[in-house]
Amino acid sequence: MTDLTAAPRPVAQIREDYAEMIRRKRIYGGLLLILFIALMVAGFQTADNRNAGSFADGWHRVFDYPAEVLSEAVEKAANLPGHLVTFFPALIETINIAAAATLAGTLAGTLLALLSTRGMALWPPLIPLFRRIMDICRAVPEIVIALVLIFVLGGGPVPAMVAIAIHTAGALGKLFSEVNENASLKPVEGLHSVGATWAQRMYLGVIPQVGPNYVSYALLRFEINIRASAILGFVGAGGIGYELRNSMSWGQGRYDEAAAIFLLLFITIVVVDQISGHLRDRLTHGAAL
Amino acid sequence: MTATEIGPDTLKAQADRLFLRKRLLNFGLPALVILYLAYVFVAFDVSGLWERASLENGRTLIRDSYSYKTHVTRDNSDASVTVAIEGERKGEYPQGEAPDWVALGETTVIDLEDGYEVRFGPETVEFDIPGYGTIRATPSRSAGVQAELPPGEVPEWINASKNRLAITTDAGRLTVTRNRSEVFRYSTGWELFWFTLESPYHGVGPLELASRAVSGEAGAIWSDFWNNAMWRHKDVAWAIFETILMAFLGTIGAALVALPLAFLAARNFTPMRVVRFGVRRVFDFVRGVDALIWTIILARAFGPGPLTGALAILVTDSGTFGKIFSEALENVDGKQIEGVGSTGASAIQRYRFGVIPQVTPVLLSQLLYFLESNTRSATIIGAITGGGIGLLLTQAIITQKDWEEVAYYITLVILMVIFMDWLSGWLRRRLIAGAGEDGTRSH
Repeated sequence: MTDLTAAPRPVAQIREDYAEMIRRKRIYGGLLLILFIALMVAGFQTADNRNAGSFADGWHRVFDYPAEVLSEAVEKAANLPGHLVTFFPALIETINIAAAATLAGTLAGTLLALLSTRGMALWPPLIPLFRRIMDICRAVPEIVIALVLIFVLGGGPVPAMVAIAIHTAGALGKLFSEVNENASLKPVEGLHSVGATWAQRMYLGVIPQVGPNYVSYALLRFEINIRASAILGFVGAGGIGYELRNSMSWGQGRYDEAAAIFLLLFITIVVVDQISGHLRDRLTHGAAL
Repeated sequence: MTATEIGPDTLKAQADRLFLRKRLLNFGLPALVILYLAYVFVAFDVSGLWERASLENGRTLIRDSYSYKTHVTRDNSDASVTVAIEGERKGEYPQGEAPDWVALGETTVIDLEDGYEVRFGPETVEFDIPGYGTIRATPSRSAGVQAELPPGEVPEWINASKNRLAITTDAGRLTVTRNRSEVFRYSTGWELFWFTLESPYHGVGPLELASRAVSGEAGAIWSDFWNNAMWRHKDVAWAIFETILMAFLGTIGAALVALPLAFLAARNFTPMRVVRFGVRRVFDFVRGVDALIWTIILARAFGPGPLTGALAILVTDSGTFGKIFSEALENVDGKQIEGVGSTGASAIQRYRFGVIPQVTPVLLSQLLYFLESNTRSATIIGAITGGGIGLLLTQAIITQKDWEEVAYYITLVILMVIFMDWLSGWLRRRLIAGAGEDGTRSH
């Protein structure tokens, strides 16, 4: 608008200004790129120096171990079905840890999310408190809680379950409260006007609106938790990870067992991913459960 | 069903069916959940858990995480008394020095407050306990430990045998064996956190420290703090840095690997079905193998350390990124590419100006989200391969006594993850707002 009242600037000057602007942008972009590459290279070099073996020495050995495991597994292929059966209970334990933790975490996360959403919270002044609780639950890596609980409770599935559930509660709580922000408050108000208690308002007014989204996030979390549960088994919390560690520490001669466990874990992860992906697709794209 | 058939009866039947279904769902689902939890309760043997659980361990853990204990030890063969924090060599007081509640001498008097007092005499150890009396114990090579207790029944907090006397009170613990007499006293705080005992700055107040730092001792003060042998601040800082480095290298590396591959997996950029199918299966495979297995495989090739962790994150996440990126690319608006193409742009220019600006916000936001979540993964992977703060944490937990260090590391990990969370959120707001402006300016 101002251009109309001011004297028109010569085209050459406009062009020059534009070229100047482009040049400056390119220089900034270039500098940023150089800085970024320098950071990556320096970071890689630091990591390489602080590692036991260097990248240059190791990269051609990456496939040695899988090849060793595979060749032994192929040699003893006849044992494989037997091993699959042997380790199946451990796999069930790993899945149970993940499922129970997801369930407990979802319930706790729902509660935390409802308590920390404006308009739904039971005690509005405590909203920041519940938010911080969620932040902390989310920030603690599962392994920390698991290791501490293993010291107190002894090894087994319960420490892993509690550890994963705490993290899940924090992670899902945050996602759930984002879902809650978009829920309509009118049903809540309506229920309030007829004298419903807080629990009734939430269960009848909010949950039906956000249910599909909640379930979809919880399913995604279940996929993640199966992986986490396998990892925690590896540090002593039972399940397939524990068996994997045992068979690995035996080293050569038991690689057929390791291969069977790898296979079980791989199949489980892929199958759960597929099923949950399919269910989530249905949940978010309309089709009712 | 045609309209003529709908009478009140059918409607009522329909409503009944709907109600029945809702009721089944409303009661059946919670019932299933409860059934499953009951099954898990049995499968995990939760009832047996309380027998296996060690409450003693729990108590030690909690008490040690916020307090430290000082050992006062008398070697009964040469009568020398040493005072050491946590009983570690690194925390030993110099010979002839002791905290003010220990009076060294012919008879070493240890004041445990509230009337509790232990005296290490030349021959006999005495322990005054208010409300109970004085316990005398005489250790000797030949006769073991001869304990004289006040008359009456021996309380359960005293454990006396021929060769050993152990007394546990709230004020402190005394153990007497043939070779040594030892007192443990608990005090609140993380002792020696700033400076160890051999540092001249131990016990100096913050104001005086500041004034000494100004007068030219800053370097020495820093070096004493940084090289603190008890809390190893230097190693801890390096470990945190390594963990963040793993997350950074892994995440960015994965994005760099996944981006070109994502083009091959996107329907609108790769018309050849075989290629698309192949690349997608590669993504699925890499994701399915999982970080745990990649970590194990890579640790075999590269040994423990941050590089292994970074590569494990890189490999796993390139599968995830490949999937997310290719989905983003399939949602790209073709009109922009056409527009750029109509000005005579080459293929590379079409990608650079027609595609990249459209997908950048999605990619960046995913990248930053993963950067935060990978900081957590890097801690876990570090605990498996041995690198970063995860390694320090597992080492401290395995010793089963350095719980104050465990508490310290946990605090640091939480702060680190919260910081990365904040950083990634801040960058996301910054960069993606900027990207949006870029987009609008081109119109």
